[in-house]
Amino acid sequence: MTVKTCIITGFGINSDRDLAEAFKMSGSEVELLHINDLIAKPSHLDDFQILGFPGGFSFGDHLGSGLVFAHLFKKHLKNSLQKFIDEGKLIIGICNGFQVLVKMGVLPNTGGDWKPEVTLVHNDCGTFIDDWVTLEAKPGSNCVWLKDIERIDLPIRHGEGRFITDDEAVLNYLKENDLDVLTYSGWNPNGSVSDIAGITDKTGRILGLMPHPEAFIHPENHPMWARKTIDRGYGLDIIKNGVNYFSHN
Amino acid sequence: MRMEVFFKDPGLDGRSHKLVESLRTSVSASIENISIADIYITDFEDLDRDTAEGIFSDPVAQNVCFNEAAADRLIGTWRYLFEISYKTGVTNPTAITARTAIGAAVGKPLERRTIVQTARQLMIQCSELSETEMEKLKKHLYNPLIEQAVIISDSEWSGGKKFPEIYPAKVAESSIEIEKFDVTSMKDDELLKFSKDRLLALTLPEMSAVKEYYKRPDVVEARKKAGLGAAASDVEIEMIAQTWSEHCKHKILNAAVEYTDLDAGTSENIKSLFKEYIRDTTDDISKKKDYLRSVFHDNSGVIVFDDENLVCFKVETHNSPSALDPYGGAITGIVGVNRDILGTGKGARPIFNTNYLCFGDVTAGDEEIPEGLLHPKQIMEGVHRGIVDGGNQSGIPVVGGGFLFDDSYTGKPLVFCGTGGILPAEIDGEGAWINHVDPGHKAVMLGGRIGKDGIHGATFSSLALDEESPTSAVQIGDPITQKKMSDFLIEARDKGLYAGLTDNGAGGLSSSLGEMAESSGGIRIDLDKCPLKYAGLAPWEILVSESQERMSLAIADDTLEEFITLAAARGVEAVEIGEFTDNGYIDLRYGNEVVGLIGLDFLHDGLPKMELKAEWKKVRTELIPLEGTSLGGDDAAANTAMLLKLLAEPNIASKEGLIRQYDHEVQAQSVMKPFVGVENDAPSDGAVLRPVHDSKKGVTVTHGVCPRFGDADAYDMAACGVDEAYRAHIAVGGDPEVTSALDNFCWPDPVQSPENPDGVFRMAQLVRACKGLRDTCLAYGMPLISGKDSMKNESKIGGKKIPVRPTLLVSQMGLIEDVTKSVTSDFKDAGDLIYLLGETRAELGGSFLEKLLAAEAGKDTDYSKDPDPDTFHLGPCPSLKADEALELYRKLHIAMKEGIVKSCHDLSDGGLAAAAAESALGGRLGAEIILDSAVGELETARALFSETPSRFIATVAEKDRQRFEEIMSGTKTSEAGFVSGTEGGNNSLVITRYGKTCLDVEIAEIERAWKSFN
Repeated sequence: MTVKTCIITGFGINSDRDLAEAFKMSGSEVELLHINDLIAKPSHLDDFQILGFPGGFSFGDHLGSGLVFAHLFKKHLKNSLQKFIDEGKLIIGICNGFQVLVKMGVLPNTGGDWKPEVTLVHNDCGTFIDDWVTLEAKPGSNCVWLKDIERIDLPIRHGEGRFITDDEAVLNYLKENDLDVLTYSGWNPNGSVSDIAGITDKTGRILGLMPHPEAFIHPENHPMWARKTIDRGYGLDIIKNGVNYFSHN
Repeated sequence: MRMEVFFKDPGLDGRSHKLVESLRTSVSASIENISIADIYITDFEDLDRDTAEGIFSDPVAQNVCFNEAAADRLIGTWRYLFEISYKTGVTNPTAITARTAIGAAVGKPLERRTIVQTARQLMIQCSELSETEMEKLKKHLYNPLIEQAVIISDSEWSGGKKFPEIYPAKVAESSIEIEKFDVTSMKDDELLKFSKDRLLALTLPEMSAVKEYYKRPDVVEARKKAGLGAAASDVEIEMIAQTWSEHCKHKILNAAVEYTDLDAGTSENIKSLFKEYIRDTTDDISKKKDYLRSVFHDNSGVIVFDDENLVCFKVETHNSPSALDPYGGAITGIVGVNRDILGTGKGARPIFNTNYLCFGDVTAGDEEIPEGLLHPKQIMEGVHRGIVDGGNQSGIPVVGGGFLFDDSYTGKPLVFCGTGGILPAEIDGEGAWINHVDPGHKAVMLGGRIGKDGIHGATFSSLALDEESPTSAVQIGDPITQKKMSDFLIEARDKGLYAGLTDNGAGGLSSSLGEMAESSGGIRIDLDKCPLKYAGLAPWEILVSESQERMSLAIADDTLEEFITLAAARGVEAVEIGEFTDNGYIDLRYGNEVVGLIGLDFLHDGLPKMELKAEWKKVRTELIPLEGTSLGGDDAAANTAMLLKLLAEPNIASKEGLIRQYDHEVQAQSVMKPFVGVENDAPSDGAVLRPVHDSKKGVTVTHGVCPRFGDADAYDMAACGVDEAYRAHIAVGGDPEVTSALDNFCWPDPVQSPENPDGVFRMAQLVRACKGLRDTCLAYGMPLISGKDSMKNESKIGGKKIPVRPTLLVSQMGLIEDVTKSVTSDFKDAGDLIYLLGETRAELGGSFLEKLLAAEAGKDTDYSKDPDPDTFHLGPCPSLKADEALELYRKLHIAMKEGIVKSCHDLSDGGLAAAAAESALGGRLGAEIILDSAVGELETARALFSETPSRFIATVAEKDRQRFEEIMSGTKTSEAGFVSGTEGGNNSLVITRYGKTCLDVEIAEIERAWKSFN
């Protein structure tokens, strides 16, 4: 079957084209959709199997990263998005998109009530960082997006990527239920609790992560490519997992 | 409503850690902690607490005080409290977002008179600060030019001192009455006084031309018909002054120059430096190269990328604004040059930013910086933060730039901001570099609204600035407003919704619409229809305001409605403000009244040509012995110590901490990043990008700038600058045949006057630089596709001038056929052969070795003072042999295309020793470099640190030795040792000559020295 992916854009999102490219390279059809167009016609969401919230600086992150975008999306599109999730469809939120998902309460959503339980705050160094990190995927996780992935190198590019939870109980819940699906290995760039770089929800169909899989789509994106040890753009593995979930089922 | 938001756990506020760290060193070690609260103030009454909390706070991490003070909750944890807010009328992007967010939350946009303000509170825990410390603290926390602070101590707080409930919100209104000036009756001294009083910056010949225009019978007649008298209106005068400003007309580069070479006793007349040395150079080259599409006349230069795409490039400076408000100046520079790309042809999409930032000595003590100037470190921090926010928030990767530190930039930082873009080769069957402005098209303004920002900004920059200076002197860019606009523009372009466009930068609408009107043959501008940020702008202010994030478009009637509707759907404002005509006039209206009428021919061609004199005298440059310096003894320990000092020199040292704050890989196109090597921390020579995902073709971005080489002769500075940019393009694997460049001149005032006695010499330096630029570009076949100049770069403080070193930045954009064949600078494997490519000459004048040895001797290196005993220099500056270099570059490229060059690093600052150290660091491998005759008969210390251009250090596998040497035959290429060491081992760089060790250093020491700055 043809898989259709919707990439949300507008108000300062800036990795929309890159994410669209990654989905195209992974075999999906892609439509870039401005949030205002979706608000004008929420039923448009029914046309897609996958929804992508890309990185960027929605509303400049002036009032807190992803905050205003999350408020806007939730206010106008909560029901449509809940329906999308209930129908077993997939969502990925990257960087600013991850921030939007947690601030809406879509991740981790342990109580099913969209209550924000975790958040992403300023890096402990106080500045934006662009660098590459190595991530470990949690064995035993049911996350669709991370199937067959154990370790992966990806770039991070953020000023507010420090993952924290509301309290210890939430953190324990994430760990016990294998929702803390991606952790920084070796170097934790932002001070995230338990080195958490990405989480999923109970269904394993929603992934939010700070690193950018859509920025590792060619071997030459990897800083080590010139040493001829990189044979493909490994970030695509994550995106392809999402697309193949539908096209192979 | 006043809401205060702060972190529940102060330890979670990363912003505060960084601030405390910086203030502890710069202000007082007693500063222990700072709690930050974000303040939101509004008089909007329909905002309930829950909604407000929803949009302004993060419930997981933050606490909210609603109409109560965070300072009370945190009492006991602070001693001083600063509440910092922008002054009235200064662009506040956070408040713009807050306004939008409230509007979105309540379901309707807020009315313009509704007040939304933001502030930031810093609650500082420290011991009591002395008066001096308090002054320093203030200086570090806010810029009184654009910001205000309310400062309250803990005891004052207990005594009941409070913040204002709401800050002043009303900008002083100007009269909308038109002022008239009868220039036709003014005598010379009156004309000059008028120019000065009104801040027009026009000379007597220029004012006289204006006077003569108003006396012309045809002009008098036309004005009469339009209902205007003989007197000039303020709107007209301001438009003429703006159009004729140095900034917009490049009067100096276009001046007639009488150039005298005092040594040779010859003289020549140059009609225009721009036409004869820059434009003609490109014209010549374009006969042999077919990839140029649009050069000089548009907002950026355009070349062919492939059959489907074009790429374009522009670099500008934003020096004066950055001297006043480093953050605002830099961010405005970035978003400003982004708009040049958006406004190129039918509109291009930005794909990279690149910048070169030049500051004074950031390590200088406070007492070394003249009163009245910001410390270079403070300027650097502000500019850097501006570049970070401007680039990152726009989603445009920052690539291939650099930093330059020189005492001469203490008076005026140079902030070069560049952007490249991509556009389809054709849109609707027509070349996309072409756009149209036809009679009947509506003039539309898109994006931000107009305020008093930047009115006469350029003029204010030369006046003393203090707390009373008008906030209009500076502007602050808002990348998000612009991002919305640029996303929309590309969407509208692809739907064919407009015919022509250009950006609003310096000179605002006056400049953009004035230029566009040249295409159609006239325009009517309805100034009263322009959307304003607030009431009370005089018509002339509306015309010349430099408010940011605006484009001007020409739109045909049949697409106008769809354009405006789509803009609204994307949250962007588009307003019709006039119509293009073909009657030969700029027709300015306010209400239904004609307030100005200016003939297009006069406006664009009426400027009298400037006439300038240039007198050249070469300064002494014979070889000076090294005896008496620390390198006089031909001693390995001294050479090694010097290498480590050079690596720690701020110009050469790693700026990784600063550069990693730039997003250099958004858009997923990066191939060559700022850092390379096994630890991803060694320098690359330039950037390589892959702008089209399904193609392996790439773009290279590199720069060349060597102001110190110009101390003896600016010709060499220009020639070496072109070579450095081209050489870096070659080093990363770029195609020698496909390259283009931008020239950016930043000069101290070259116009001779009683106050400026060096004018004729500086003008001669400018002529010399142009000659060097032309000769080298012709030799390399490197077309200049766009450029800029800034000619008043000096500060005058307390009667003392600090002029910048004449600086030419050459920014190169070239192509590479296959990005997978690009080559990084790091050594790859032990056993690989090391080659030194190019001839090394005794050229240490202007080198960094010279700078350090002069400092050791406590002298300066001012060549113009020579033979002053207080100066120190090492003799000839680097010079270029372009023909030899080109052959070397072409052959090296053949070897790279065959894939046999494993690493390549160009030799620049710090010479061979520094480059070898960087390549070794990148691979975390050692090297044994055998100089012997590879550097001729040169003294060893000179060979190690000479900065002769056109050289590389490259490595090749042993198995490819023969093929490599075969390709390189006929060039000055010498085998010079091999890569050594083991992975993870304690490796060393060792340089020997005829069996004698002349430098020996561990890689760990190299790393320590190179990373000691930040």
